[in-house]
Amino acid sequence: MSQSAVDVPPKGGFSFDLCKRNDMLTQKGLKAPSFLKTGTTIVGLIFKDGVILGADTRATEGPIVADKNCEKIHYMAPNIYCCGAGTAADTEAVTDMVSSQLRLHRYQTSRDSRVITALTLLKKHLFSYQGHVSAALVLGGVDITGPHLHTIYPHGSTDTLPFATMGSGSLAAMSVFEAKYKEGLTRDEGIKLVAEAICSGIFNDLGSGSNVDICVITKGNKEYLRNYMEPNPRTYVSSKGYSFTKKTEVLLTKITPLLERVEITEVGEAMEE
Amino acid sequence: MSIFEYNGSAVVAMVGKNCFAIASDRRLGVQLQTIATDFQRISKIHDHLFIGLSGLATDVQTLYQRLVFRHKLYQLREERDMKPETFASLVSAILYEKRFGPYLCQPVIAGLGDDNKPFICTMDSIGAKELAKDFVVSGTASESLYGACEAMFKPDMEAEELFETISQALLSSVDRDCLSGWGGHVYVVTPDEIKEKILKGRMD
Repeated sequence: MSQSAVDVPPKGGFSFDLCKRNDMLTQKGLKAPSFLKTGTTIVGLIFKDGVILGADTRATEGPIVADKNCEKIHYMAPNIYCCGAGTAADTEAVTDMVSSQLRLHRYQTSRDSRVITALTLLKKHLFSYQGHVSAALVLGGVDITGPHLHTIYPHGSTDTLPFATMGSGSLAAMSVFEAKYKEGLTRDEGIKLVAEAICSGIFNDLGSGSNVDICVITKGNKEYLRNYMEPNPRTYVSSKGYSFTKKTEVLLTKITPLLERVEITEVGEAMEE
Repeated sequence: MSIFEYNGSAVVAMVGKNCFAIASDRRLGVQLQTIATDFQRISKIHDHLFIGLSGLATDVQTLYQRLVFRHKLYQLREERDMKPETFASLVSAILYEKRFGPYLCQPVIAGLGDDNKPFICTMDSIGAKELAKDFVVSGTASESLYGACEAMFKPDMEAEELFETISQALLSSVDRDCLSGWGGHVYVVTPDEIKEKILKGRMD
């Protein structure tokens, strides 16, 4: 039976059918495109009552800043969040996928998700792709066994730590942690330390920048502080704005009026008993 | 030379007050030779949703056909149009599926969601979504477009002013890029009408 010419929605997983053509183009001298990377500084630390995660908000495409305020702290479960560094599409796809798997698992077991479950699902996926799925993650959460913080490398190895940093700004942030971290920090001290570590990454690493996002997870509660600090506001904003003296020359105009959006709700008949 | 510089392209989308504008250049080239000056890069998915694709022209057309197919299936099943956010997730999934042998194009999606709230987003060639509240750019002229839009954009512009701003940003950016240009194609969409305008630019 000949293969169907129609593109039926696939069952999932990667499809490799354009690889041969892309290889042929590369051999002819056309370089492959660069992907959106999150240069990044991401950090996590364990404090007295739980876990605090922090991230910067810059996304780069080569040397250009593509997104000045992206979200790098991804939701995994109500009590688990994950920061991602590396190729943006990979971190988003892998955290979305594991988040769905965790939800199905919660429905099956009727229990809250545990952080090591998310850890094992992530590391299995990343290891099976041998590092080609380029996602470096800091996973943190509080479950029934207590607060946990892990780092996951693109090849699938993991570490369990009291404080962790990843990304191109990890050295800048780690220096702040090594100097100032101590066990049993309070919530405010922890937030202040995380903000300081991210700022250190923002100001010293070229791949990180813009604002600081923070997520505080404690037993039974979480707080996502989006844009907790904005140390890089836009300077020199002109109040007048641009005024164009010479208008653009238009060759052709076509106006299509749109009908008002009408919602038809059919009132159905009740089913007979 | 990069694969994106084979055909040349420039696409930009901007948000206004209850409206959005999406614009592209019109050149289709094979490296440095111009083949066509009326190439359609922006396509309508439904009345309130447009997608502009920059990059390799063959993938632009193939991807557009695949997306229209998926949207028509959705319309048959759900009996309504797709919301822009849903469509963006669909495009992202289709692109990520080909993570290790990607479609060599970068989409710019612009639509009006519920309550006529404008939505724009762009993606890299493997589906990493980038939502923005002001403008998104894509194509070989993207670096100039970033600069021009950053300078010219103002929040909450009405349709007329938005059209002028996006046209000036597009034309001034493609003037600094050899591989894109030869005029512009702008769509300004408000809840009541779609205005499609073709711009005269430098023909070099």
